[in-house]
Amino acid sequence: MIHLKTPCDEAQIRSLKVGDAVEITGVLFTGRDAVHKYLHEGGELPPGVNLRNGILYHCGPVVIKDEQGRWKVTAAGPTTSIREEPYQGQLIKEFGLRGVIGKGGMGDRTLAACREFGCVYLHAIGGAAQVLAECIKSVRNVYLLEKFGAPEAIWEFEVERFPSVVTMDANGNSLHKEVFEASQKALAQRL
Amino acid sequence: MTGLEHSLVELIRRTSAEIPDDVQAAILASLEREKKGTIAESAMKIIEQNIQLAKQKSQPICQDTGSIIFYVDCPVGFDQITFEEAAKNAVRISTKKGFLRQNSVDSLSGVNDGTNVGPGSPTIHFHQHRQPETEVRLVLKGGGCENVGAQYSLPAEKLKANRDLDGCRKAILDAVLQAQGKGCGPGILGVCIGGDRATGYEFSKQQFLRRLDDRNPNAELDRLEQDILNTANELGIGPMGFGGKTTLLGVKIGAANRLPASFFVSISYMCWAYRRQGVRLSAAGDIEEWLY
Repeated sequence: MIHLKTPCDEAQIRSLKVGDAVEITGVLFTGRDAVHKYLHEGGELPPGVNLRNGILYHCGPVVIKDEQGRWKVTAAGPTTSIREEPYQGQLIKEFGLRGVIGKGGMGDRTLAACREFGCVYLHAIGGAAQVLAECIKSVRNVYLLEKFGAPEAIWEFEVERFPSVVTMDANGNSLHKEVFEASQKALAQRL
Repeated sequence: MTGLEHSLVELIRRTSAEIPDDVQAAILASLEREKKGTIAESAMKIIEQNIQLAKQKSQPICQDTGSIIFYVDCPVGFDQITFEEAAKNAVRISTKKGFLRQNSVDSLSGVNDGTNVGPGSPTIHFHQHRQPETEVRLVLKGGGCENVGAQYSLPAEKLKANRDLDGCRKAILDAVLQAQGKGCGPGILGVCIGGDRATGYEFSKQQFLRRLDDRNPNAELDRLEQDILNTANELGIGPMGFGGKTTLLGVKIGAANRLPASFFVSISYMCWAYRRQGVRLSAAGDIEEWLY
């Protein structure tokens, strides 16, 4: 098990390989469809959101306010990442992201950006909303909540030992590509 | 809250937080099958832990609490309007309690009013039967798996799929290949052969009301179901698309009549977080029995 702390160290990120199991401790910012489109179209990052050397989490959590008015995350697994393929490379480049967490993997443009700018794609277990919510120790802040609604807002989470697997590394390797090609061959033999 | 609303909130809570026994058994069996020490095995372990935690904490198994689809079998004379109002209220209450995420967005304005109630949400299918009981089944289907659903129109030249069962097989296996792990596999397929573009998908989703361990009474479809399941699990896509032995947990196929001009194969993909429950209600709206 490899431990990753935020803010991330570029050399450590570049040393990660496809298939490595990684646990993350530190700060994660969430961002999904609405946030990607907004930033792509030139929207400004709200003050307080610092993505440089940070990790972006493709996640739309279930968050409720408890009796004391504090945010409580009750479910927080990853959402499908491929929808952000048109925007992700640009965000990695402009904001200096070192990691993107999601599920299902991403495409060639993101893979190229990971290689060029030193970033990895970390696959969390889709649907494991409770196990992953347990790793969220506190909600530090929320941004763009009014504008985008709870699932699409930027949430700032403090996490401890958040489990994920490197499925796209900074050396141009993608587990998703490998598995697709192997399964395509296996299927061709069975038709 | 009326008695009926109370029962429907409990149905929603349990559907969102607890995996039915037949699905849990299939997940445990696939955890056993994966090779020890692989990322596929560790993915299945996290899935198994997640199922336990959600049940213990009475919180959503997955944060995407999905499309809310009710199937109601009701006697003649049943008041559908009152039921629909109660279902909407139960959805509002369940969203406030956090059993459901604020998950319904106005497609034109992009506004999420946080209630989960709006055009098309929740969806309710009523079906009258000549029996006194009212049975309500609920499926919560997340967007990740909904997005990898596919509809093929045969013949499909690229796949060399003709208008026969072998053509259907090719189309269904292509859908599995294209989905990879993106629908949160190991998944379950609901398939409809025939129908039109709308009924095809609708019948394919109704297959999710079947238990995973049942067998298709139609021998031809039963063979196709087993064949697709076995073949898919030889492809090495595995849990989450990490590579591994379990790509699918089950395949359920139905057939509907088609027009001579059309031959659709509609495939709905359900994620491992297969949330399906049902209740039999008394005339007063109380829960008499759980159906799964």
